Amino acid sequence: MIPAPFTYQRASSVDEAIDLAAEAGEDAKFLAGGHSLMPLMKLRLAVPDTLVDIGRIGELSYVSERDGHVAIGALATHDEIARSGVLAATVPLLADAAGRIGDPQVRHCGTIGGSLAHADPAADLPAVMLALDATLVARGPSGTREIAAGDFFLGLFETVLAPGELLTEIRIPRPASAGWSFQKFSKRGIDWAIVGVAVQGGNVGLVNMGSTPLRATATERELAAGSGPGDAAVHAAEGTSPSDDLNAPRAYREHLARVLVRRALQEAASRA
Amino acid sequence: MKVTVTVNDGEVAAEVADRTLLVHFLRDVAGLTATNVGCDTSSCGACTVLLDGRSVKSCTVLAAQADGRAVTTVEGLNDGSGELHPVQRAFRAEHGLQCGFCTPGMVMASVSLLAENAAPTEDEVRTALEGNLCRCTGYHNIVRAVLAAASEGQRQ
Repeated sequence: MIPAPFTYQRASSVDEAIDLAAEAGEDAKFLAGGHSLMPLMKLRLAVPDTLVDIGRIGELSYVSERDGHVAIGALATHDEIARSGVLAATVPLLADAAGRIGDPQVRHCGTIGGSLAHADPAADLPAVMLALDATLVARGPSGTREIAAGDFFLGLFETVLAPGELLTEIRIPRPASAGWSFQKFSKRGIDWAIVGVAVQGGNVGLVNMGSTPLRATATERELAAGSGPGDAAVHAAEGTSPSDDLNAPRAYREHLARVLVRRALQEAASRA
Repeated sequence: MKVTVTVNDGEVAAEVADRTLLVHFLRDVAGLTATNVGCDTSSCGACTVLLDGRSVKSCTVLAAQADGRAVTTVEGLNDGSGELHPVQRAFRAEHGLQCGFCTPGMVMASVSLLAENAAPTEDEVRTALEGNLCRCTGYHNIVRAVLAAASEGQRQ
């Protein structure tokens, strides 16, 4: 399988990437690690006219501590995030989740910005961003804007990013509460999570429980009202709409959400 | 587009279609056919090569993305001396293969692991090879081979 024909262009700076995408129009896509986009292109589920390769833009690859938050360049790979000393010390939830994505080959290529912009509800990092109250920074022809992670995901593979707008940075506030946990259940190590759960303090993000990553709001409400992990986790599937597919029927995903949220809350409590 | 890749210490330059995948560049342009196309969906790992020293699945990387960079295939592990690489020797000694189709990818994934972690535990080896599927061996001898190569490396 090979992708349908397209024109390949390589950008060496963010400005050049935005210019190239603007020239190419609506059927251009940014290419980072390519590990979400290339499989879709092989299946003809994505057929861009132009790929703007941003993979070598050095200015987008960093993890650095700033005032009260950690800033991560959109091109930081899952492997770099998993091995980051800064993240291990400040936001271990993200380092742990990134180190469990796919397999080593995928982590060597896949990037945090690519994963978020791709917006697959079965991907791990979008739900982690919700649990961390991250802010996403995007730059386009008309300037730079900051988007709360909770406002970023619109639907299956759909975000608020406009055509030609490039996700450049992810900002994660220093977690106010230390307890964290990432849980996922899959049939084989390399598979997408059938359900996953990211917990940071009283925030609970859900992987694959709807067409976007979700917050387990009913569980969060129970926690805020003083419930323990077991009682709060009972409500984990409320307000979700997981799909029925060959991996699992909806009721099974709802059951998994309750079990994994309980485990995640218990583990987070043990680390708080 | 014109793509120039350093493949196993030699430069390979060719005009290729923009959509050319690295694995096809290696097999059809460079003529290095040890790297296999297995699943073609970045699941099986048979096409694993090193890109600037780190394992990647070459069916999911464009040749254009490797332009100007260095690729090592299993052919390049042998430094021209005719001697097998320690990881290859260990796969042979531990009988870490049967049909051999997954072996080039397994070996390259193992080389990448040992470059990152010279003394992995058995669990770490199993986790590091999650992206490489073998339908013959049941993995036990592959894991033994990687551990043997690691302890051989530690002795040196």
